[in-house]
Amino acid sequence: MSVDIDTVKRVAHLARIKVTDTEADEMTGQLNTILAFVEQLDEVDVSGVEPMTSVVKQEMKKRADVVNDGGYPQDVVANAPMSEDNFFMVPKVVE
Amino acid sequence: MTELTKLTLTEARDGLAARDFSARELTDAYLGEIAAGNQALNAYVAVTEDKAREMAAASDARLAKGEGGALEGIPLGIKDLFATKGVHTQACSHILDGFKPPYESTVTANLWADGAVMLGKLNMDEFAMGSSNETSYYGNVVNPWKRTGSDEALVPGGSSGGSAAAVAGALCLGATATDTGGSIRQPAALTGTVGMKPTYGRCSRWGTVAFASSLDQAGPITRTVRDNAVMLRSMASVDAKDTTSIDAPVPDYEAAVGKSVRGLRIGIPKEYRVDGMPDEINALWQQGIDWLKEAGAEIVEISLPHTKYALPAYYIVAPAEASSNLARYDGVRYGLRVDGKDIADMYENTRAAGFGAEVKRRVMVGTYVLSAGYYDAYYLKAQKVRTLIKRDFDQSFEAGVDAILTPATPDAAFAPGAITDPVAMYLNDIFTVTVNMAGLPGLAVPAGLNRDGLPLGLQLIGSPFGEETLYSLGSVIEQAAGRFTPKRWWA
Repeated sequence: MSVDIDTVKRVAHLARIKVTDTEADEMTGQLNTILAFVEQLDEVDVSGVEPMTSVVKQEMKKRADVVNDGGYPQDVVANAPMSEDNFFMVPKVVE
Repeated sequence: MTELTKLTLTEARDGLAARDFSARELTDAYLGEIAAGNQALNAYVAVTEDKAREMAAASDARLAKGEGGALEGIPLGIKDLFATKGVHTQACSHILDGFKPPYESTVTANLWADGAVMLGKLNMDEFAMGSSNETSYYGNVVNPWKRTGSDEALVPGGSSGGSAAAVAGALCLGATATDTGGSIRQPAALTGTVGMKPTYGRCSRWGTVAFASSLDQAGPITRTVRDNAVMLRSMASVDAKDTTSIDAPVPDYEAAVGKSVRGLRIGIPKEYRVDGMPDEINALWQQGIDWLKEAGAEIVEISLPHTKYALPAYYIVAPAEASSNLARYDGVRYGLRVDGKDIADMYENTRAAGFGAEVKRRVMVGTYVLSAGYYDAYYLKAQKVRTLIKRDFDQSFEAGVDAILTPATPDAAFAPGAITDPVAMYLNDIFTVTVNMAGLPGLAVPAGLNRDGLPLGLQLIGSPFGEETLYSLGSVIEQAAGRFTPKRWWA
């Protein structure tokens, strides 16, 4: 499978990365090289093979559903580019 | 280089315990080496001098009372991927500008609990994506090794290029590193250092910036096999904060160093003889086989038929997981924000300015393979191939193979800019990536120099939690090959 520049622009938007036309054009070539490389997998017969979910056999760890951390909102927002009253500040989302 | 910085980690540990010198003296010696050499090598992106001296003084106080931990007073470098409380932690990306975590990663917390001293944060490929340390926002790391008679700068490998260069150049006694497809073992091989990627789940991933969660694993880069064993014992733990952390006690790895390897069965996978591999790599591999044979190990040819599919499968799985993990960098909670006309525009501007070209490429590939209609064809297929890759290894171990010997990399260090095609760069990890796909431990040990005087490494692959066997075998290779130290041109 290969991608065209419109697909690249659509994927860039899905990934929330702004790209110029020149960048999108360059990425089209690079992505197609990578996709051609991974196409080798088509040679492999995977019928009846379970997909890998964990490399090490282990029961999923569980813990009691209780609050065991938190209570320091100032730490949570300490690195925010913009915050006020321990809230993250973002451009207006709803009118 | 001072007499103090010539010591290995374990020699320094023993010297500190015997009070031959103080932790403060040792730390000052390393800070001196960094001041003299870092401008040329660019291994550190942040040096924490005051903190280092403070920690060293505390170590001296504990040593005086006879209360020293396993790494008491040992100065270490920390890859910029590990969260260190109040200290530069940016995965060497522009998008994490100014980020200082209010918490400490489990791996580094374990090191400090054992008395280690932090010298600073080490350079790396941005978000650990790269095999040459050319994608860092903080510039290339320079390999302490140069070709004989040449002044050309060479890459240290990646992504843990800063870790490997700092250890090889004696700017620290040991360094933390991480390995998603070869990022510990490849730079270790290219710098003549020892690098261990432990079994998946052996070191906690908590507080380590995530790249590909099902593959990422932390491990040490050191000058010797013994140093490596000591450092891994401190880094590894059982951690309730990481659900993939394995509930198994951490063994005394150092006890395995120097242990007899007589009777161990070593698999030699025929699929690792790839076309176009330099004769020197083949010769080195044969030399490794001979050394292990002389030490009493039994050599058996094995087949790992799905080897060639590991790299293409990796370049689906890793970007897919990365695209998901890196979604959090949106200009809201930390790091860089570039304003826009609305919130989506702000996200897009921030990520366009904050991510470098290789990171963007991988996020794009990951987004594409996970997008509607493609999941089964790419991600699910790759995870099935991964099952087959692991099965190949399982069958070898079940047939009685104790460990596998391969070259660590397809060639020696190269010049920055020499590899520009992304796929050609990815081929650097051809021998290491299979190990991550199967979650196994892998150890890179320096084994010789090529005709240009550059280090080459061998890789030992173990069964799950077979780190001790790897350290025993690694020390045989180290004993036979000797240690390799670059000429000190940088200071």
